[in-house]
Amino acid sequence: MSSDVELDSLVKRALAREPAAVARAISVAEDRRASLEPVAEELLRKLSRGGHPASARRVGITGPPGVGKSSLTSRLVQRYRELGRTVGVLAVDPSSPRSGGALLGDRARLELDPDDAGSFVRSMASGGQLGGLARAAGAAVEVLCAVYDVVLIETTGVGQSETDVEHVADSVLLVIQPASGDVLSFIKAGILEIPDVLAVNKADLGSVAERAFSDLQAALVVSAEASGGSPPPVLLTSATTRAGVDELVRVLDERYERLVSEGKLEQLRVAKSAAWAYRQFRERYGERGVERAGGKDQLVATLTQAIANGENFLESMRRAAVREP
Amino acid sequence: MAAKDPPWIMRTYSGHSTPRASNALYRENLKRGQTGLSVAFDLPTQTGYDADHPLSRGEVGRTGVPIGHIGDLSELFAEIDLARMNTSMTINATAAWLLALYVGVAEKQGAQPKSLRGTTQNDIIKEYLSRGTYVFPPAASLRLTVDTILYTVEHVPEWNPINISSYHLQEAGATPEQEVAYALSTAIAVLDSVRERGIDQQHLAQTFGRLSFFVNAGIRFVEEVCKLRAFARLWDRLGAERYGVRDEKLRRFRYGVQVNSLGLTEAQPENNVVRIAFEMLGVTLGKNARARAIQLPAWNEALGLPRPWDQQLSLRTQQILAYESDLLEYPDLFDGSKVVERRSDEIAEAAWAEVERVLAQGGAVSAVESGYIKERLVASNAARIAAIESGAAVVVGVNRFTESSESPLMSGGGAESILRVDARAEAEQIERLVAFRKARDASEAERALERLRLAAERGENLVPASITAAKAGVTTGEWAGALRQVFGEYRAPTGVTGARVPELPMAYDQLRKHVDELERAIGRRPKLLVGKPGLDGHSNGAEQIALRARDAGFEVVYEGIRVTPKEIARAAADEGVHVVGLSILSGAHLELTREVKAELEKLGVHVPVVVGGIIPESDRKELLGAGVARVFTPKDFQIAAILENLVDVVRQAHAR
Repeated sequence: MSSDVELDSLVKRALAREPAAVARAISVAEDRRASLEPVAEELLRKLSRGGHPASARRVGITGPPGVGKSSLTSRLVQRYRELGRTVGVLAVDPSSPRSGGALLGDRARLELDPDDAGSFVRSMASGGQLGGLARAAGAAVEVLCAVYDVVLIETTGVGQSETDVEHVADSVLLVIQPASGDVLSFIKAGILEIPDVLAVNKADLGSVAERAFSDLQAALVVSAEASGGSPPPVLLTSATTRAGVDELVRVLDERYERLVSEGKLEQLRVAKSAAWAYRQFRERYGERGVERAGGKDQLVATLTQAIANGENFLESMRRAAVREP
Repeated sequence: MAAKDPPWIMRTYSGHSTPRASNALYRENLKRGQTGLSVAFDLPTQTGYDADHPLSRGEVGRTGVPIGHIGDLSELFAEIDLARMNTSMTINATAAWLLALYVGVAEKQGAQPKSLRGTTQNDIIKEYLSRGTYVFPPAASLRLTVDTILYTVEHVPEWNPINISSYHLQEAGATPEQEVAYALSTAIAVLDSVRERGIDQQHLAQTFGRLSFFVNAGIRFVEEVCKLRAFARLWDRLGAERYGVRDEKLRRFRYGVQVNSLGLTEAQPENNVVRIAFEMLGVTLGKNARARAIQLPAWNEALGLPRPWDQQLSLRTQQILAYESDLLEYPDLFDGSKVVERRSDEIAEAAWAEVERVLAQGGAVSAVESGYIKERLVASNAARIAAIESGAAVVVGVNRFTESSESPLMSGGGAESILRVDARAEAEQIERLVAFRKARDASEAERALERLRLAAERGENLVPASITAAKAGVTTGEWAGALRQVFGEYRAPTGVTGARVPELPMAYDQLRKHVDELERAIGRRPKLLVGKPGLDGHSNGAEQIALRARDAGFEVVYEGIRVTPKEIARAAADEGVHVVGLSILSGAHLELTREVKAELEKLGVHVPVVVGGIIPESDRKELLGAGVARVFTPKDFQIAAILENLVDVVRQAHAR
């Protein structure tokens, strides 16, 4: 993967949605060897130039373990494919703190057609980061956005600082299950402010699901009144019966289209991307690195501008570091 | 001398290739003194596929006999009088169907259903946990089970409609307490469902009396004696307290046994002869908790399929204990033994506490769906393997006393010491199937299928409609296909993500260092895809490899059982793995590995493939010759060593 010719051919094959090529591109982006960094940057640049990253819809899917996120993701993929859209999925699982290894089990719950090049699923370990997203996840999302119409990013856990998914997604979908006590604890932890859309999954459980649904609606109204906004939409879904899935896609589409028509999407993406790049920068170069780059505010401003100018976040991060006095 | 007790029913779990070949084997076995039959079905029959279905490729006639329709079953029992036979059928997801075919064949022979004796295993819960031949979601599966029970209690009253199997739980690593607890939890789930159908107390008590168990017995045979006494006691109590069964006879704990296969070794395989004999003691010594039926594995099962001679040796082992020894002349040997009593109490108490934990979660079905039981089993198995790896648990010839003279039984590496399934069996079976379909009255078969679908939708008992379908010439794949349309298919939790495993042996410190070095060299954590292609559901090995690989620092993608070669290749492509590991225990390793490699090639994925399974020496060479990077067999019990091999394989592939 050294020559430009090789890179060009990889980009071409990836943009033609050849699974092995898309996978290879993500692997390059994931690679931690310093020698490959310029290659990864160049690759992202070429991909975004050849592809259509701006129009890809990015949906973050998060929620506590066991609520059926993967099964719901599977249904979303199915629905998007029915609508004729291509889908890339990034499923992030936690790494083992003991060994650094990980069991990536989401694929087991996804019903995929191995012959369909219009859908693609990549599992990734969180790499021991507290946030729900792997270090390389940002780059992987950029690869997927260049190739597919819709990009779903699935992360486990919500609470603590595991809400990184909001930085790489246009919309964050929070999935919870009935009768789990989730609603109450989310209200306490202030988590209900993060999602743009909520789904109470396992609607097939019947009355418990409906009760959780109305509890949640009431809580969201209260918290929206307090902050002066309007409450995010809540849906009852079931991965088993497929109930609510079509509507969920509709609601996500509506949100996206509103962002576009109000001219907010670009701004939102730049801000999120800059925040993500800032976090990665700080992790990589430390607080001292941030200071050398002029402090947090200055750094975020620099990153925001670089990203607004069309640099991908790897580039923007490197440039910000290079610019240090 | 007191009159001897009658011996238990002696069987051998057998069947392979074709109905005709299996029929010959059965008649031979009966001539040698076997007193019952135990039918092993191939995986397509167990999972409801016809022999010509793409998923059946390489599996037809492999782990048992293929039964595609009533013609096959007639041939299987040709010249065997079903009115006098006692037949055990290891069949679960498709149990109602095989029972229907059996009734159909018996009637053709002129036997009355009321006279039929035998067993359908019909325990779906343990299929989700261990054995893997489930098809439908739990609720629909449980309904089929209950349909079969209700039908037989009324129409085939001597039949054991369900053999609740703790056997496979032990094979999956269960402790004695877990074995008892989860089997009883399953029984409760079944009996509660029966009760919910609204039958009266007298029928409920009768049903309770027809439930039997299929138990495992390992080499710790003293503990096994105690386990079975604990089992019997809890069963009696459950009948009296939860189901109000007054008649003591109906509360008797009835069980059959296959002794442990898990502990049989590939190294110094002749030692297994002795293991098998000792293991049988655990289920025969005490008259009060003695097995009703016994089948013994063969000494060479860790090498491949046993030959008729190997099975004969197992039958002789039973006959010597029953007819030659004085065991059956005495009453219970342990009555009054404080030692046995105390251990039995302990097991009963711990098992009951676990039953209560399962009930508190909503019962066995909920605890299967949530992954709770599976995770407990995976953790126990990890502890068992760790003990063997560290030497804390001795396995003679494997981790101790490993030096050996050359075995005369294993000349030529043992290639001659196993049964080879006739390579033409699959093609022959497909031909028979096609001819059968052509000869039947197509519209009658279609009508019968329509009736079956309707019965499924309406919630009617499915056995009568299945018997009609059997007689109308419906095939196994069509029967299951119709029900798949109504019920859907199911994927069970893999249990590996939540399992808590014990601390690792020292060997892993070194291994982790190697994994970290590898990561630095290749730029990413080494990523392993663990794949189980084909219909084989024995996932214990794959699960342990996945867990240990994670703990050694690998990133592991594991999709569970029954994935197609195409799906494995696509997962390997999307996931950007460094190595693909296939686990295949059905014997179909040559075909399936070839297919996976071809699919990888098609997608342009060039990563090393390793294979693990029950793989004879000659096949091992063939696999290596076909470009497989490593082959692992039961001899490779050190998982750390297997993982070291994977590190090497990835390093070498990267260096190229």
